[in-house]
Parts: sequence; structure tokens; C-alpha cells
Amino acid sequence: MRRRIFVARDAGAIAVGADRVAAAVAEAARRATLDVEIVRTGSRGLYWLEPLIEIETRGARVAYGPIRPEDVPGLFACGFLDGARHVRGLGDTESIPWLKRQTRLTFARCGVTDPLSLDDYRAHRGCKGLSRALTLKPQEIVEEVARSGLRGRGGAGFPTGIKWRTTAEAKGDEKYIVCNADEGDSGTFADRMLMEGDPFQLIEGMTIAALAVGASKGVIYCRSEYPHAIATMHAAIATARNANLLGPRVADSAHVFDIELIVGAGSYVCGEETALLESAEGKRGQVRAKPPLPAHVGLFGKPSVVNNVLTFAAAAWIMAEGAESYNALGYGRSRGTIPIQLAGNLKYPGLFEAPFGMSLGELIDDIGGGAASGRPVRAVQAGGPLGAYFPRALFDTPYDYEAFTKRDGLIGHGGLVAFDDTVDMAKQARFAMEFCALESCGKCTPCRIGSVRGVEVIDRIVKGENREANVALLKDLCETLKWGSLCALGGFTPYPVMSALTHFPEDFGLAPELAEV
Amino acid sequence: MALVSEIDLGTPAPRSEQKVSLSIDGRHIAVPAGTSIMRAAAEGGTQIPKLCATDSLEPFGSCRMCLVEIEGRAGTPASCSTPVAEGMIVRTQTDRLARLRRGVMELYISDHPLDCLTCAANGDCELQDMAGAVGLREVRYGYAGENHLADRKDESNPYFTYDPAKCIICSRCVRACDEVQGTLALTIEGRGFGSRVSPSAHENFFDSECVSCGACVQACPTATLIEKSVIEIGQPERSVVTTCAYCGVGCSFKAELRGDTVVRMVPYKDGKANHGHSCVKGRFAWGYTTHRERILKPMVRERIEDPWREVSWDEAIGRVASEFKRIQKKYGPRALGGITSSRCTDEETFLVQKLVRAGFGNNNVDTCARVCHSPTGYGLKTTFGTSAGTQDFDSVEQADVIVVMGANPTDGHPVFASRMKKRLRQGAKLIVIDPRRIDLVRTPHVAAAYHLALKPGTNVAMLTAFAHVIVTEGLVNEEFVRTRCDVVAFQDWAAFVREPRNSPETMASVTGVPADIIRAAARLYATGGNAAFYYGLGITEHSQGSTAVMAIANLAMATGNIGRPGVGVNPLRGQNNVQGSCDMGSFPHELSGYRHISDAATRALFESDWGVALDDEPGLRIPNMLDASVAGRFKGLYVQGEDIAQSDPDTQHVIDGLKAMECVVVQDLFLCETAHYAHVFLPGSTFLEKDGTFINAERRIQRVRKVMEPRNGFADWEITLKIAKAMGYSMHYDHPSQIMDEIARLTPTFAGVTYEKLDALGSVQWPCNEKAPAGTPVMHMNGFVRGLGNFVITEYIPTDERTGPRFPLLLTTGRILSQYNVGAQTRRTQNIVWHQEDRLEIHPHDADQRGIRTGDWVKLQSRAGATSLRALVTDRVAPGVVYTTFHHPDTQANVVTTDYSDWATNCPEYKVTAVQVSPSNGPTDWQRHYQAESAQTQHIASSLAAAE
Repeated sequence: MRRRIFVARDAGAIAVGADRVAAAVAEAARRATLDVEIVRTGSRGLYWLEPLIEIETRGARVAYGPIRPEDVPGLFACGFLDGARHVRGLGDTESIPWLKRQTRLTFARCGVTDPLSLDDYRAHRGCKGLSRALTLKPQEIVEEVARSGLRGRGGAGFPTGIKWRTTAEAKGDEKYIVCNADEGDSGTFADRMLMEGDPFQLIEGMTIAALAVGASKGVIYCRSEYPHAIATMHAAIATARNANLLGPRVADSAHVFDIELIVGAGSYVCGEETALLESAEGKRGQVRAKPPLPAHVGLFGKPSVVNNVLTFAAAAWIMAEGAESYNALGYGRSRGTIPIQLAGNLKYPGLFEAPFGMSLGELIDDIGGGAASGRPVRAVQAGGPLGAYFPRALFDTPYDYEAFTKRDGLIGHGGLVAFDDTVDMAKQARFAMEFCALESCGKCTPCRIGSVRGVEVIDRIVKGENREANVALLKDLCETLKWGSLCALGGFTPYPVMSALTHFPEDFGLAPELAEV
Repeated sequence: MALVSEIDLGTPAPRSEQKVSLSIDGRHIAVPAGTSIMRAAAEGGTQIPKLCATDSLEPFGSCRMCLVEIEGRAGTPASCSTPVAEGMIVRTQTDRLARLRRGVMELYISDHPLDCLTCAANGDCELQDMAGAVGLREVRYGYAGENHLADRKDESNPYFTYDPAKCIICSRCVRACDEVQGTLALTIEGRGFGSRVSPSAHENFFDSECVSCGACVQACPTATLIEKSVIEIGQPERSVVTTCAYCGVGCSFKAELRGDTVVRMVPYKDGKANHGHSCVKGRFAWGYTTHRERILKPMVRERIEDPWREVSWDEAIGRVASEFKRIQKKYGPRALGGITSSRCTDEETFLVQKLVRAGFGNNNVDTCARVCHSPTGYGLKTTFGTSAGTQDFDSVEQADVIVVMGANPTDGHPVFASRMKKRLRQGAKLIVIDPRRIDLVRTPHVAAAYHLALKPGTNVAMLTAFAHVIVTEGLVNEEFVRTRCDVVAFQDWAAFVREPRNSPETMASVTGVPADIIRAAARLYATGGNAAFYYGLGITEHSQGSTAVMAIANLAMATGNIGRPGVGVNPLRGQNNVQGSCDMGSFPHELSGYRHISDAATRALFESDWGVALDDEPGLRIPNMLDASVAGRFKGLYVQGEDIAQSDPDTQHVIDGLKAMECVVVQDLFLCETAHYAHVFLPGSTFLEKDGTFINAERRIQRVRKVMEPRNGFADWEITLKIAKAMGYSMHYDHPSQIMDEIARLTPTFAGVTYEKLDALGSVQWPCNEKAPAGTPVMHMNGFVRGLGNFVITEYIPTDERTGPRFPLLLTTGRILSQYNVGAQTRRTQNIVWHQEDRLEIHPHDADQRGIRTGDWVKLQSRAGATSLRALVTDRVAPGVVYTTFHHPDTQANVVTTDYSDWATNCPEYKVTAVQVSPSNGPTDWQRHYQAESAQTQHIASSLAAAE
């Protein structure tokens, strides 16, 4: 009997040796003349357990990890093909608590299926959303997405239904579906995982969006740092075309839709939607002033839906399973689930999809297992390099857009980066300004000059030069950046800076009261 | 006039008619939908601080000075990029906004030199103004931080400097180059704090693709890009709005002066032809007006071999009168003639033809339009009834298909070309019909749908093949033809073009363009929406020039592409006032307004006004004058501002004609080539030194205003008056406005034109009369001027100038951006750095066969003569075609051109000459001889020169 062995082909797993493990498995099976099929899947997102090997046995999967190539002969020797116990054995995969506690909607297939097998995709409820969408009028699709409460997962949390409706109502001889896959936030990897682990879901979500707004062309703008995701997406697009899921007759309907993948050139700001559009047009990646909104004047001046990878993926789930099922989950105005990416100094880093509403403390201390260093977690940066630093005092904050905003923070793209008590928060604040200076497109003045001055002012504060006056100047600068910047890069840089200053004044050599905003 | 500072409303006007009302700082105002908050505020009198916004460019939103608060909206949106909305409540002044603006300004100044007092832009700097407006009082960041203050200045361009240390990265220059000029030579290089303006790929301005139009300099809010003349002289104190004296686009400029010194010429935003744009010639190349070679004193000599002798005005004018009277007495009244200038004003041109007709008593007057657009006059008059282009320039903004034929707008008519390119970037389709791959064929964000690289001399074949496709494929706009045109003429024409001998398949071998491409282009013209023809001398300067013009008119009528905005037949006229000189009755057979001299009623009108009897016989054209001179019947010539010895074909024949005359009077700025054969030289005045009007290619009459006193003593019209008086035919005018009054009185199409009206409206397009008191932007709207449109059969007759074993290549000629025509002006400016010599473009295939490499001297030989110049091997020209410009007298391109000319108008066939090209060692004997001769004839008597 042929046995199926699953090893992730995800870049994160490969980085810790998944390819070598897969090769070792193949070699061992060959020597033992065992009939095995190695299926390269996406990652389950339990990164501290990668490379993870799963065996299909008795209708379930049993997991072993993390596995080094040299562990493989031992695994064979102990009979792991039959799910035998082993020092690295983790039992039934689905029963691993870290996985069991999740509500995997967007990532339901990731780590389970062969990402490039359309049959696998269909066997796991893939294409259901598209099939349903093809029976609906465009407005009905839009309303379904609106009813689900889905909000843009790129960071801004803008209601997806409204965005689609605006684009659908905009006049244009051509419209575009643009997928923002320029995932540049530190500590985030969900887009990459999805593109590598379940690319058809993204294609399906984009196709549904195209049906909803009347677009015939889609573009995925992917960062160049994701070679595996790029290769997987290219292959998936080709497969979808061959299967008539893309092209002149989408799923044998009268709809035309095709997708092109564009690779970025290494600029963080190109993840900002208007800079992304400029870059996708072949121009310098420079932010556009809004209005006009991309929904009205987007790619090549045509009405465009610009959404994040996870948003399109969620839309595919919503169309398949219904808006109500999605909307039933969540917290406050944040509906459905969010794939949270736990990173930094954590014992259990990885992707954790759950309904909104868990507290930050639960995510960090319980799910994340606290700092990998064993020291106490002192701060968490939520929402990427432009997100605020949360001290332990704010660990009761529920994971929800509004709750984070209320505490001068943001959820962003769902990344959480933890730091233990060795962190120097003044350095982190300086880094935020430095990052802004490095990645600024240079168009608007606050960001272009302000970020450089920000670094200089923080240096002076740390050195103790005219500390009081320089703190006042830093606060003024942050106000100018926040309200004066053209896009979120300059506009959000004050979040890490001001949160560091507010919550950790001692790191700046300040008495707590001086730092109060 | 005090210094004119145009109000900058920040963002361009929207096109909407619909009004939106809103409240700005508590004041209610209504503006067109789509107006930015910034512009709405400015229209209501509230200036919102701004640096990156200017109303010639689309909003950009980068400087963050113009932030406002809007009730019900989060944040502080930029007012430049936020459009108004009904009921919007906007606040432009709050404490928070004041803090933000000051905060942004503080950042700007933290990376800006503090040298305001010694800065060339002191007093004309928006950064300075805004720092004042927002109340910046200190820069708390200090100046020890990272900065660009030591960045190196780029002084490579002859006219302006780029000082990156002063740059605030507002991108106005980049956007002006993109949006206004359409060259896209500039970019922002790097990112973040490292963002710098970069010409091309990190080159200096001179080596980059920059065409020195000046749009970036004008757009710059600081001293980063500034005219070298301002650095040298200082800020101007007064402005005079006037009209450029280069090409037929007719750009309106503000001459900005300190005292009588021109500091700079700045394109005028309210100019209807240029809307605030300019090119390197009008913007910068005015230095010739004070060039040391300019002649400021009258001169005479007995024989052309003699040195010139400077004399008083009285003596010079006396000599002209006595010689002219002597000649008429000895050889008869028709032995004299005059040439009017397309470079001079309408009023001056009108006076010269009046002097000839009323003073000399004959009709021997002609003008340089003879050698350029006379076929346009003839062709459009025959078909439509008016000798002029049908549209205004604004019309191109509504064109969907643009045909450019025998024209090179980016070089010859750059400011209009920029507008055309803008429309093409918006999506209009382009068809280029030209033997040479002109820049428009492929330029940033513009690519021709079709480039029909036809053989020189086959325009009529090509246009008739277009007609064949339109008629045989059922693409005729039958309703237009039925209601607007002479149907019988149409049927005759349709039957003719339908014949298989006119099909693209037959004409493919004639034109060298594959039939399917001709068919596709013709279909696009006929079916692509509003289709407009723009053409130049590549159409007219042929033996079938007039036929080609009529062939274009036929196509426009057959497809209904005439009589509304966006379409039409548009000659791109070469000289600033060539339209005007034609309108003013410069042709020997026509009085002003194109009325034939044989028409007794018209003549009577003039006779009663002028108090003399007029000759009813058309006079001699320029080539006929020269022929008559060689034949001994024509002896005296008054040439005002034209250089026939350089610009007319078959130079040797021109020289022979001039040499055979007894008194040649040249009135010019410089000792031009024609002056070598003159007996009297009368120093002329520049456009900066007189009042008058020019008429551009769109029939727009625009004021030329005196900026300074004539350095030579008199305006050209005053000199003509002196001659008339001395000849015994006295004309009296105190001011050119009185001449215009006379023109209006005597010319129905100008009946409504007065200087008062021109001053009030800025300009008007003729016809301007009772029926159209504000002028006529687009002609033939409700009917052709001649009644029904007339189709004319356009049989293709190959020119007699053919290639053969001795002369296997075809020479065609053209212009380059930096130089103007014979170069008398532009060669005397720093524009010379871009074009130090004319070169012969030759295809690599032809060059290989002859062993010619780029830079080699080659001899260019035709049956008329030979000249030498250096080669430029390029595939811009097709095999079998060679091309050169004619801006340098040393090149003597017209030594080679022949005496073939248009059958209807004698317009020379400059564009087709059979030639042979061979390697050579340098200038020909003829060129050496000519150089020696001109050196001698330019000689001014040393005693007087020394006494000066």
C-alpha cells in the first residue's frame, strides 16, 4: 500500500531544512523499497515544529517534528509510517493543542493539501465560492461580502464590501483586481504562507472580486523577497488557466478574467496601495495623493479593487460558506477570524488563526508561550514596524481594530513581535524613524525630512542634550508626521516612537511624567 | 507696465459646468464641480499656503503645506488634491493647521541654505513667501544634521542653472517636464531624504534629454532652477506682454525688464496659443537683439564690391528714393518691386505692399510665404474658400485621430507639439506620414499607430490612395457631403479616386509603403472619431504642393472631419507672421484679405482710400523678379526682413538675379546673405522694439508691444514711411494702431479688429467682423466660406526631379529645435551649442556603399550645384533618402535645391532633390569662393567703423 508523507514546501520550513528532510525521507524509503508518496504541502504554521513530517494513517494524520535529516532513518526504524510513537512524535496533527485552539477558515487547507493540486483544492471545498458567485448577480456578491463584515486585512481594516461596491459603481471601460502581496511588515508572513500553501484560494477570491465589480484583469503584486511564493503563484495561475478557471471563459461562464503576477523591487512603501499601483504601472514607487481613490482611479487610471491576499482569501471562504457563518465570529466591529502572526522573541512562533477578541496577553503569554529567551516579555509591537509598542500593562487589550485604536495602536496586518526585558526602547524608537527614513518614497516633506530629523532628535535625547526641549520637538515632529504625511508610512511612524516614549520613558533617560503626551 | 504677477490658483480649472457650493472659513462660494478646495479658496480670495501646487500642473499633494480641516472628515486632507463637495464646510485656518504648516516649514528650512539676501530668487521665491506666511520663527533642528547644502550646482545649460542645495523636492519641474512639455527628461532619483531631481539617468542638464523649453525653470518655486540672466542682472521690475517672433505658434510672453534691459522672457499664462508654455527659442534665444553683429546704422555703397559706408538716415533714404526713381524713369514703373517680411508685423507688411502698389505703382510684391505656405493659401481657398487653417490650437484637445504629415512639430512647432503630445498621451491615435522617422513616431508615452515612411515627392499618391480606401470601403460621411459640399464635384472626385490606379495596391510601389498599412491608416482616419490633419512644408514644398493641400481638404470633407472642434485641416505655419503677411496682401495678385487685384470693386475701395490708381495686373512673384532681373527688365528691389539668398532655392540663380539689379535695398538686423548683393542697408528693428501685431497659424491676431526703444533708431514701419515720403507718396501714421484701423477699414475679415479690442480680449482670430465680433476660433462651422465645399481631382504627377544613375538619392530638408530657419537669429544666441553645423543624415546602407561614417565630410551634388557638409549615419531616414537642415549659411543647402516648383504657386520643391553623396575632404570650391566673397561684401569702411 502506498503511503503518503507530508512535508511542507513553505519557505519558512525550507529555511529550517524541510527540503533536506524530504530528500532524506525519499532516500530512506527507496532503500527500504517502500512505496511512499511525499506530498509537499504548505505549512501548518507551527514554525517551532518545522520541519514537520506528517503521515497519513487510519484516515488521520500523525505529526512528527521538528525533524532533522539525521532523524529520518530512526523514524523509519521505529515504524513511523504506521504512526508509531517517537521522541519527536506529536500525535494526531489536528489534536495538537496549538492547532486545535484555532479557527482555521482562511488557512483551512494550508498545510493540508498539495498547493498545486487543483483536485486536492476541489476535494477540500475549493472552488465552491466561485461556483456560487457565478450564480449570483454582481450586486449580490458585493452585498454578501458586505454582510460578512469582512474588513481589509492589509492593515487599514476598511470594509471590503464598501470598497467593492464603490469599484462596481465606478464607470470604466476596464477595471482591475489588484492583490497586494507586498507583505513587508516585520513579523508577518501570512500572505506568503497562503500563496505558498493555498494559492488557488487567492485566485478564487480575486476571481470572485472580478465578478463582483466587472473586472477582466487581475494583478498580484508580490515582493521580490518571496521567490517561493512567486514560483508557486506562477504555477497555480498556469494550472488555473489550463483548467479554465482563468481566461476568456471563467469556469465555462461568459466571464473573462486573468491574472498577472508582478514582482516588486524591494521597497516597503510599495505595499502602500497607491505606491503599489505606480510601481505596477512600471513607474517609480511613489505614493499618490488620495482622492481620487483607487476604486475610482486605480491601476492605469481605471477603477480598481486593491485588497490584501488574506482579504481575497477570506472572500472566497465567505462565498463558499456564507456571510452569516463568517459574521457569527468576531468581536465588536471586527468580524470573522484573523490570521495572527506571532513572531519575535516567543517560544511558540507561528500562524494562529482565530476569531477577533482574544486578549493580547493570551496571545503572547499563552499561545506564544512567552519569550523564547525565558525572560519576561517586556513589549510587543503590534501591526508591523509602524505599529505601537504595547507594555504588559496593556496586555488586556482585546485583539480588535477599535480596541487597539483606542489605545493608540493598530492591528495592521496581524503581526505581533515580542521583545523581552533586554530591549532598549529608545533604540526601538530610533529604529522606527530610521526605518521610515530608509523606506520613505521621498514625496512628502514630513516623511522625507522628518524621519531623518527624528533620528537626530532621538539621538540628542538619548545623549541627554537639551533633553526637555528635544522631547518637545520630537512630540511636535510626531504630530507633523502623523497629520501631515501623505501616506501611512510617515503617518504611522509616530506610533512606535510615541508608544515607546510614553510607556518606556526610562529608556530615554526621562522621568515618567516628562514623557506624558 | 509694472511687473505682471499672474495669480496662481494652485490647480487647473475643471471642465465641469455643474456648480457645487461650499463654505470655506465661513464664506459661502459656488465653484464648478471638480474644483479643488485650494482653487475654490483662491477664487474666493483665500490663499491657502502651498509649495508643490501650481495651476499649470495636476495636483500632487507632496508639500503638505495646504492641509485643511473638513467638517465630518478625519485628518487634515491636502486642499490641492481634495475636490469640493456640496455642502462641504472647510476651515483653512486653525491652530492645529498653523502648527502643522509651521512644522513642515521648519523641516524644509532645516535642509535649505540660509542665503536669502544673496540668493538670485530673493523677492521671487515661494519658499521665502511661505515661510513668512506660516510664521516660521526658528528652526529647532539646527543645521548640524544631515543635509544637501554642499550639493554641486549644475551650470551646464547655457540659459539656466540647477542648484540642488536649494531644491525642496516639490517635483514641479519633473511634472512640468512630464505634463506640460511631454519630454519626460526629468525624474526624482533615489528615495526618501536622498531624493534628488535628475535629468535623464543621472546626467547633467546639457547632456540629458532636456530640450530647454524652460517649463521646469518656470515651475520652480525657489532658486533651484533659475535663469542665468536673473543671476546676472537681478530681479526684473516691469513686464511687457508681447508675442514671440519665432515660429507660427505665436506664443505670448512677458518680457521682464530692469530698465531697458531684458532680464528674461516668461511665457504668459493667458496667452491663448501657448497657455503659459514655451520652447528654447522664444524662452531663451533673444540674445541676438543685442548681438555685436547687429547693424545699427544705415549704410550705402556704389557697387557690391565696395566696402559699406555708414551714412545718416537722410542720406540712406535719399539714396533709395533717387535710385528707385531713376530706375523707374529709365526702365519703366514695373522695374521695381518689394518683398514683405513674415518676420515683421502685419502693419509693416501692409505698408510695404502699400508702398509697392501705391508708391511704386505696380504689383511687384511678394513674400517669403511664396517659398513655404503659398500652396496652403491656394489649396484651401479653392476647396473651402479661405486661405488659412481651419482650427484653433485648442481643437487638438478634442481630436481622436491626429495625422501629422510632412511636419515635424516637436522641432518646428514645439509648443504646439507639447499640446499634441498631451492629447496623444490621453489616448488619441497618431498617424505620421513622413519620409523620416520624426521624434513623434516614438517619444515617451507616445507611439504612432502608423508611420507611413513614404518616398519624398509622393504625397499626392498617398493622399489619393487614402481617398480610394475611403470611397471604395464605404467610409464616406455621406450626410456631410450631401449637405455641405458640391455634390457634383464630389461625384467626379469619387469616380476618379475609385479608379484602380489610385488604389493603395497600385500606389504602394510609388510611395514605397505597403498597401495594407495605407488601408489601415486610411480606415483609422475615416472611422476613429474626430480626425485632424496637421501638416507642414513637407506637403507644400513640392511640385504638387497645392494638389496635396487640396487632397487633404478632400479627405476632410469626404469624412466630415471639418467644421467643428477636434478636426480640420491645419497647416503648421513656419514663421511668426507668415499668416499675417499673406493676409495683408503680400502676394502680387491679391490685396489684403485675399481679394484679387483684378477685381475692380476691391481696387476701387483701395484707390479711394489711398488716393492713387492701382495697376490691375498681378505683379511678379519672387522667382519671376529674379528671372526678369537676369533678363534685364527688373532693376530695383526693397527687401524687408527676408534673406532670399539663403532661403530661396537654387542659390546661384538668386545671386545672379540680385547681382543683375542696380539697386538692392535690404532692411534687416544683420548683414544677411542677401545683403551681400545690396547697395543700401537699412538697419531694422527687433520685435522687442516696436508695436504691432502678428498672426499665428490659427489666425490669431496678437499684439506685439514695444519693450524698448529701437536701438537702430526707428521701427521698421517708420523706415518704410520714410522711403514712401522720399519717393513722393506720403503716408502718415503716428502709431501702428492707425495702420490696423486702415487694414480693418479695407479688409472685411478684419473689419472688427482694433488695438482696443486686442488689448481687452488678449487676441482675436479672424474673421473678426460684425458677424463674429470676438473672432472665429473654428472655421466653416455652419457652411464653407465659399458656400459648398469643393472637391478637386488630385491626379498624381511625379515630379520631374527624379533619381537616376547620376543622382540616385533623394534629398529632403527640415529644421531642428534649437535653430530657426536660416539661423540669422538663433546662430547669434547660445542655442548654437546644440547645433554647431548642419549635418547630412544618411541611412547606414547608403553610407556603407559609399564608405561614409558619421562625422565624415561628404559632398552633396545635385544637377543644380554641390555643397559639402558632414555626415550623420542614422536609420531615421529610409534607404535612398538623405536629409539635412539649413540653419547655417556655410552649408548652402539651397545651392543644391533645384528650380522646380509648385505648379500653382511657384512654391519651390525644396523637399525633393535628386542627389549623389560622396566622401570629400571639406567644403567645395563654391563654398570657399562664396565665403571669400561674402567676407569681402560684408566689409564696412574702416575709417567709419573706427570712428564709431
